[in-house]
Amino acid sequence: MQDIIDILRNYGLLLTIGQFPEGPIGGLALTLILALTGLVLSFPLSVLIGVGRISPNPVAVKLSTAFVYIVRALPLLMLIFWAYFIVPLIIGRTVSGLTTVIVALVVYETAYLAEVVRAAILALPKGQAEASRSLGLSYFQTMKDIILPQALFNAIPSILNQFISLVKNTSVAYIISVDELTYAAYQVNAQLLTKPVQVYIILAAIYFIICFSLNRLVKLVEKRIHTSRQAPIAAEAAA
Amino acid sequence: MIVFENVDKWYGEYHALNNINETVSKGEVVVVCGPSGSGKSTLIRTVNRLEPIQKGRITIDGRDVNGSDVDVNELRSHIGFVFQQFNLFPHLSVARNVMLAPMRVHKVSEKTARETAMDLLDKVGLAHKADEFPPRLSGGQQQRVAIARALAMKPPVMLFDEPTSALDPELVGEVLNVMKQLASEGMTMVCVTHEMGFAREVADRVIFMDSGAVLERASPDDFFQRPQHPRAQKFVSDIRH
Repeated sequence: MQDIIDILRNYGLLLTIGQFPEGPIGGLALTLILALTGLVLSFPLSVLIGVGRISPNPVAVKLSTAFVYIVRALPLLMLIFWAYFIVPLIIGRTVSGLTTVIVALVVYETAYLAEVVRAAILALPKGQAEASRSLGLSYFQTMKDIILPQALFNAIPSILNQFISLVKNTSVAYIISVDELTYAAYQVNAQLLTKPVQVYIILAAIYFIICFSLNRLVKLVEKRIHTSRQAPIAAEAAA
Repeated sequence: MIVFENVDKWYGEYHALNNINETVSKGEVVVVCGPSGSGKSTLIRTVNRLEPIQKGRITIDGRDVNGSDVDVNELRSHIGFVFQQFNLFPHLSVARNVMLAPMRVHKVSEKTARETAMDLLDKVGLAHKADEFPPRLSGGQQQRVAIARALAMKPPVMLFDEPTSALDPELVGEVLNVMKQLASEGMTMVCVTHEMGFAREVADRVIFMDSGAVLERASPDDFFQRPQHPRAQKFVSDIRH
């Protein structure tokens, strides 16, 4: 226990913010930045792909389905290797490890989030789209004004769940030496050499605390959304 | 106004509509009834192309509904459709439900849309609920809003697909009253409904369907007093009990 406290005292800052502000930001802060950036960038893409999966346009269906199936059949680590070698080929210059990781995370996350979006759309009553189309709204207007606002709202708990797995997935960035939390812990361990158990207990604890708190948040949000969904049923019962 | 010519529809092997030939004239109120699964909902859903047909032709004012030159959104904007399950948009206020289509399809200003919406909500007796959200309304109120929402597009014809079947009995009257008022204003209406009282009071004609075919056409009095076809006789006696 004393060891753990010592490690936290000596390396706590390194684990939480890396060399910041003297050097680049790292540690837990970078982990959260990676996860958030991954979510923010993959969200619009996943809406596009998720809608494409159930589009009336067969080409859109084929392309988006192929994307989802391929990405979901590959390990994230492999996507990182691919991004590491392919992104420089495409844009013609080397890229930082950070960019590589973000690209890989966004591709990976988009495939999973797209399925969340698709499921949320399919979960809406068919009558919503029918009513909108019957009024003369186009397919896109119906998506934008009627389907997506409801589906994405209902999908908030699932999206947060994806975010939790994203937080954990950022740890693979360690493999290409991006200085996020796992890599920081790895560095600390390399300096101390004799205390791997303590270092990795700290690492596990940090991930646990973050993800556990996020999980509680999901439960809370689920409850709120559940109550707001109960309203129509209550009104019908009273009717 | 609406003409069905030799219309056939299949769901796979299942023959959902069997050689339908009907004409609905302007200002006419036609009630379609029949046992469940007889194809009556399918029939009115073919009019605004919610259901495609495999054979025959449906025209509205001479325009082929399924014609390749028809803009389906424009077509639908001229046909009011009221659903059994209301299908109000739960994330929009009552007023927004009514304003949405005029603003998006006819591109009218928010102010004009709001004025029209308030007039229509007033007409269905729900102006005071304009800023409520649909889930907080009773079924009867939701259906009246749904009617106002359809009327906001100023359609020359209104289709009703069992508008009162999902309602508790004591709420049926308020919806039927709105529909009766519409009929008295000369609206062309096709209503799938089992409400005998409504049919008697406002329908010009009753069409009886079974197994995807029209078996009988009659005035409401004739249909409910003296049904001719054996299946219509059974149906009329069944809904009386």
